[in-house]
Amino acid sequence: MIRLSIPVRQALAKLTLPVLIAAAFGLMLLGKADALLAERARMALADALAPLYGVIAEPLANTRTAIDNMRRMLTIFEDNARLRDENERLRRWQSVALALDAENVTLKANLSWVPDPTPSYVTARVVADAGGVYARAVLLSAGPNHSIVKGQIALDDRGLVGRVTELGSRSARVLLLTDMNSRIPVILEGSRAHAMLSGTNGTRPRLMFWPEGVQPVEGERVVTSAEANAFPAGLPVGVVHYTANNVAEVEPLARLDRLEVVRLFDYGLRGVLPPETAIAKSPPDKKK
Amino acid sequence: MNIQRLPGIRPRQSIWRRLDMAARRSFPASTTALVLLATAAPLGLPGQPELQAASALCCVFFWSLFRPASMPPVAVFLLGLLCDLLGYAPPGVGVLTLLLAHGVALRWRRNLVRLGFLPVWLCFVAVAAGAATLQWALTSLLVFRLFPPGEAMFQAALGAGLYPILAVLLTRAHQTLAEPEHA
Repeated sequence: MIRLSIPVRQALAKLTLPVLIAAAFGLMLLGKADALLAERARMALADALAPLYGVIAEPLANTRTAIDNMRRMLTIFEDNARLRDENERLRRWQSVALALDAENVTLKANLSWVPDPTPSYVTARVVADAGGVYARAVLLSAGPNHSIVKGQIALDDRGLVGRVTELGSRSARVLLLTDMNSRIPVILEGSRAHAMLSGTNGTRPRLMFWPEGVQPVEGERVVTSAEANAFPAGLPVGVVHYTANNVAEVEPLARLDRLEVVRLFDYGLRGVLPPETAIAKSPPDKKK
Repeated sequence: MNIQRLPGIRPRQSIWRRLDMAARRSFPASTTALVLLATAAPLGLPGQPELQAASALCCVFFWSLFRPASMPPVAVFLLGLLCDLLGYAPPGVGVLTLLLAHGVALRWRRNLVRLGFLPVWLCFVAVAAGAATLQWALTSLLVFRLFPPGEAMFQAALGAGLYPILAVLLTRAHQTLAEPEHA
């Protein structure tokens, strides 16, 4: 260690804090100038932590399930009655669905319909919340030789979850559709009108820009639209819900607050880059 | 203040004792880092990101106030960086907030340490409100989008509520585990 006289050492000690505060401003500028650098640092840390969190995620999930089960024991009779009712209703719907399916097959056969290619998908475990205070995202744990690419579409068992925005070697970050930066072109299933689903960081994204003369109906289903070539058409997103202030929102079908496993579909769509990477300068040869 | 230079009888400086003292000196910074990692784990708690930001601020403020030698500005800088990377905030926002909180704690140290718990807590409430506002403003500026202020208010309130609980634990640690003279 270099020996310094006491006044010099005191002066240096006094200078450290201002210098570091200046460095913090420098860091902000650097993060703004080179978004890719911050992203790489973040994903390197996420890569290191994802296996660790993956290990503890399972016992934590088990504990949560045990607590849930105990709570459900209290309402088991009401639940049973409700489920029996629902089953009855679903049975009726099933016969309708089977009839419609058969009708659809004959119609498609008559029209020489070209079927959509079945997309390939991989399944990944959600290991942690990756949003922070001002974003809504989740971290996925993936094996070292995963085939996940940016822009892939994440769905859970019920509906659309979001898109892959950042990639590490063992992890991937999925920006949820509720994030402030998320914009999803959608179709209102009843009126076939196009609209935009815009995240607000709240639990329900807002419905915007529907054409004049059309009014979204409470409870109407909302699906993705193929406009802008960012999503395939017809993925289930949610149902329309009006707030007390008469703002049209969409209640997502996916259980975004308790995601455990998501499927990542590769539709080969690269129409619009995912929100965060849009700022970063990606080399043009990466676009397919 | 090197206690080894003061007159008196004390144990021999063996390597284990030195390790013990080093561990005690690094206790504040290392436990704060551990708290950050633990609050980033998938615990499934509601408001976990806010909890992370609030607990980091609590720890940094407490140790800067009561044991600044173990919470140097460089450690605060690194903790802020960890906070930003784990919390997916624009880099530098958490760093600046924690450094400013550290600076405030150092500046008010002489007056605050002598007073009881309540004035320190009230002071921290002001710091937490300022920190949440600053983080909200900087994030909004850097992402170029006006975020709803609800999360910032929640973060400040959480910090204010968390401080008494953490202060009890940290005060105990301060007198026992983190005390180099106990080595």
